[in-house]
Amino acid sequence: MAGAASRTTNPILLLLIGVVVAYVVAARRSSAPWSRSIVVFLRLGLIVVVFRVVLVIIFGNRLPGHVLFTLPHVPLPSWAKGVSIGGPVTAEAILQAVVQGLRLAVVLLCFGAANSLASPYRLLRCLPAVLYEAGVAITVSLAFAPELVVSIGDVRDARRLRGRPVRGFAGLRGMAVPVLESAFDRSLQLASSMDARGYGRRVPMSRGARRWASGSTAIGLLLVVGGVYGVLVAGSLPGGGVPFVAVGAVLVGVGLGTGGRRTNRTRYRPDPWGMPEWLVAASGLVVVACMVTAGLLGAPGLQFVVYPLGPPTLPILAAVGILVGLAPSWVAPIDRRGGAPFDRVPVRTGRVVPAGPGSRVDVVAPGSPTADEGSTGSGPADPAGVVVSTSVPSHLLRPSPASRPATSRPATSGVRPGGTAR
Amino acid sequence: MIRFSDVSFTYDGAERPTLVHVDLTVGEGELCVVVGPTGSGKTTLLRAVNGLVPHFTGGRLSGGVTVDGRSTREFPPRELADVVGMVGQNPAASFVTDTVEDELAYTMENLGLAPDVMRRRVEDVLDLLGLHELRDRPLATLSGGQQQRVAIGAVLTASPRVLVLDEPTSALDPAAAEEVLASLTRLVHDLGLTVLLAEHRLERVLPFADSVVLVPGDGSPLVVGPAVEVMADSPVAPPLVDLGRLAGWDPLPLSVRDARRMAGPLRARLDGDRPAAAVPPRGDLAASLTSVSVAYGEVTALDAVDLGFRTGEIVAVMGRNGSGKSTLLSQLAGVRPPSSGRVVVGGTDPVTLAPRELVSRVGLVPQDAGVLLYGESVGEECASADHDTGLEPGTTAAMLERVLPGLPSDRHPRDLSEGQRLALALAVVLAPAPPLLLLDEPTRGLDYPGKARLVRLLAELAGAGHAVVMATHDVELVAQVATRAVVLADGEVVADGPARDVVCHSPVFAPQVAKVLAPDLWLTVDEVRTALLGEPVRG
Repeated sequence: MAGAASRTTNPILLLLIGVVVAYVVAARRSSAPWSRSIVVFLRLGLIVVVFRVVLVIIFGNRLPGHVLFTLPHVPLPSWAKGVSIGGPVTAEAILQAVVQGLRLAVVLLCFGAANSLASPYRLLRCLPAVLYEAGVAITVSLAFAPELVVSIGDVRDARRLRGRPVRGFAGLRGMAVPVLESAFDRSLQLASSMDARGYGRRVPMSRGARRWASGSTAIGLLLVVGGVYGVLVAGSLPGGGVPFVAVGAVLVGVGLGTGGRRTNRTRYRPDPWGMPEWLVAASGLVVVACMVTAGLLGAPGLQFVVYPLGPPTLPILAAVGILVGLAPSWVAPIDRRGGAPFDRVPVRTGRVVPAGPGSRVDVVAPGSPTADEGSTGSGPADPAGVVVSTSVPSHLLRPSPASRPATSRPATSGVRPGGTAR
Repeated sequence: MIRFSDVSFTYDGAERPTLVHVDLTVGEGELCVVVGPTGSGKTTLLRAVNGLVPHFTGGRLSGGVTVDGRSTREFPPRELADVVGMVGQNPAASFVTDTVEDELAYTMENLGLAPDVMRRRVEDVLDLLGLHELRDRPLATLSGGQQQRVAIGAVLTASPRVLVLDEPTSALDPAAAEEVLASLTRLVHDLGLTVLLAEHRLERVLPFADSVVLVPGDGSPLVVGPAVEVMADSPVAPPLVDLGRLAGWDPLPLSVRDARRMAGPLRARLDGDRPAAAVPPRGDLAASLTSVSVAYGEVTALDAVDLGFRTGEIVAVMGRNGSGKSTLLSQLAGVRPPSSGRVVVGGTDPVTLAPRELVSRVGLVPQDAGVLLYGESVGEECASADHDTGLEPGTTAAMLERVLPGLPSDRHPRDLSEGQRLALALAVVLAPAPPLLLLDEPTRGLDYPGKARLVRLLAELAGAGHAVVMATHDVELVAQVATRAVVLADGEVVADGPARDVVCHSPVFAPQVAKVLAPDLWLTVDEVRTALLGEPVRG
C-alpha cells in the first residue's frame, strides 16, 4: 500500500488508501500493546500535513494563481536569493502542499498499520537462519522506540517528584540525559540476558569452510555491484552486466548458506504459511500492480495537477486496485497471540474457534479450572487445568531429552473430557 | 557442581577488589543461599558463576570458576546457557521477546532443540510455575510476580543443572514468594538441581536452605557452612533466629514449624504479659482520598477508595502484586489525576501543584529508587537537591549521613548497590521535610542493618509529625514500625485497622514471631525481649 501511495498525488486515491488501511487494521488487530502504534503514526501524519502547509505559507513556493492573502514580504540579502519569506499566498500553492503532505502521511499510516498488525518479533520468525542475528539487532532497536516513550514518562514523573521543571526548554534539557541513560542501561541488561541465554552460540566449523563462506560472500557481493553498474550504464560491460549479477547472486547465496550452518538454532512454533497468507501477500501485490499499470497506461488523474484549479478526477483502474487491498480484512487469520490485554475471555469448554483455513485451530481452554470441574461434575477429570504444580516437568527428570524423538504434542489442543456436555 | 578456587575480582577502575580469595564449592542438588550486607558483592559472586563476570562486565578475575566441569575461562556465558540458568534482579529488563510463550522458548531456540521437544518443555514449565493462563499474554502487561515466574520459567525450559537467582522473591508478595520458593525446593529435592540464590529476606528462604554463604563485604573471607551453623553467629539474621538466640534454643530453628515445637516454655514464661495495645495517634488529617477510582484502560486499579492519613501515623499498605498499592501512592503524590473522586493533600489537590511546591508537601520514593537519581556523583546529587528545593546547602548531605552514614560523595549513583541508591533517594526526598512521605517497597534490596536504620528513621519522622504511607510486602517491616495497616485487594480496601490486629489475624501477612507465639499477639523480637527482661512494654 505504501508503494501505491508513493506513486500518486491524487487526493481521492490517497484518502481511499488511508481508509482501506484503517479498516483492515480495525478489523484485524489484536489488543496487544503494539497495536496502538497506528494511532501514533496517524498523529505523525497529521503533523506532517500541517507542517508542510505552514512551511509553504511562510517560505512560499510562489506559484502564480488565485491569491488568497498576502503576507508582509521580508527582504533577504542577495546571497539568499532562492529563499523568500512572506509574499502572496495562492490557493494552488496551499493545495499542492496539502496533497504532498497527504502523500507522506498516507505512507506513514501504512507503516503504522504494518506495525499494528504484526509485532516485529513475529516478522523475525520468517527470516532465514543466517540473517537471524542481524534481524534480532533490528528488532531490538525497533523495540527501543516504545521503551524510550515509556522511559520519558518515568523521567517526567521522577522530575516532578524531585521538584524540577517538567515543561519548557529547561525541562527538556534536564530530561535528555536520564532518558538516554536509562535506555542505554536497559540495552546493557538486555544484552547480558541474551548472552546468558545462549544467543550467538556457534557450532564448531572447519577453518576452510569458514573461509569459503566469507570469501564467496565477498566475491559475490562485488560481482553483484559490478553487474548492477553494467545494467545501469549500458555498454560498459559485455552482456549488459546481467550475467555478473546472476553469478554474484549465486555466490552470495552459497556463502550465506554455508555461514548459516554455523548457527545451530531452531524455531519454536513457526507461523504457518498457508492460503490466507498467500492471499494477503497477493492482495498487496495487486494494489501496487494496478497502480503501476495505470501509470504506464498514462491513465489521467493519477498525478494531481493544480492547474486548472478544480476537483480531481478518479482513475478507475487505480481505485479498483486499492479496493483489492480490503481483502486482508476478512481473509487474514485472526491473531490470537497477544490476546486480550488481561485475562483471556473465558470461552465455553469444547468450543472450537475457527481461525481461518490453513492456520492453527485450537480448542480454547476454559478460563478457570473450577469452572471446568463444575461442568464435569467430578474433580480429577481435567489433566491440564487443575494446578499441576505438584508434578515435575518430565524433561527435567530425564537429563538429555533432546536426542529422544518426541512422542506427541502435549494436550493443549485436544477436546477436553466432558467439555461437550454443555 | 559449582567450584570457585581462589577467585579474586576487581572491576575496572575500582580501587579495591569486590571478591577476595573466594574458595567455594556447592555440591550437586544443594540449595545454597548467599547472604551479606548491601553492596558486599553478592551479585558479582552470582554473575561469576556463568561467566557474565568478567566476560560481559570487564574487570580482572584471577583464580578459576568451574561449573559442571566447564571453566568460565574457556566457555563464555552463551556456551554455558545449557548448564546455568541465570535470573537477574530485574526480570522485566531481561525479556527478549514479547509474549510469555515465546519468552519461554527463547533459550531453547538458541540451543537448537527440536521443535517438538521445545513444545513439550514449554507446556511442562507452564504447568510447573502455574503460568498456563498467561501463555499468550504480552510480557508488558504482567504483574511483578508473574514476570518473576516467567523469568524463572524461561531459564528452566533449557533444563539447566544449575539455577542462579538474584533476589528472586524481593519483588513478590508473601504468597507468591512462597510459591516460587516451593517450586525451587521441589526442583532441588526431586531433580538434584543445584540452586544458588542471593536474598535479603532471609525469613523467606532460610527454611529451604541447605547451606549458607555469608559474604561479609569487608574483605574478610567467606563463611560457608550448613545453614544452622552459619546463622548461629551471623550479623544478618531473620527475626526467627533472633528469637531463638534470645530464648537460647539449640539447635537454632530455621522454620516456624521447628520454632513452635520449642516455643512451649517461652510461651509459658510470657503468659500474662501482653504487648500493650498501641494508642492510635490522633494527629491532624494530612491527606485523604474520597471515593477515588483509577482505571488503566479496561483495568480498574483503584475502586472507590476512601482513606484518610493522619500526621504521626505510619501506615502500611499491603496486598498482593497488582492490587493497586503503587497506584494509591501515585495518586497521593499527584503523579496523575484520578478517573473519579477527590485527592486532597495538605488542603489542596496535588495534581495542580507546581513541582517545586509539590516536593515541600509530599515526597514519594518509587519502587525503583534509581529513577529519582541522575546526578554524576552522590555529592552532586545532594547539592542539586538542595538547589532544586531552595534549601540550605548541605541539608541533603546531612540527611544522607543520617540515613546511611559513610557513603563516599564522589561515587556515581549507577555504581551504588540497590540499598545505597535507596538511601540516597530517601535522603533527597526527605531533605525538604515533606509532611507526607510515601514509600513504595522501601526494603527491596535492603539488608537487616539497613532495615533497622530505616525503621529508626521512620519512627523518628512519625514522632516529628510526619505522616508516612508505605506500600510493602515486607511483613517484618510492618511488624516493626507500622501503626496501622491497610490491605488492598483488586483495588478495594478489604482491611483497615491497627497494624497488630490486621497483621496477626492474617495467615499470609503474619510475621514470624507472631506465628511462633500465636495466639498471643506478639509482633517483634524486641517486644518479647522487653517483656522477658521485666521492663515496661513499650506501646
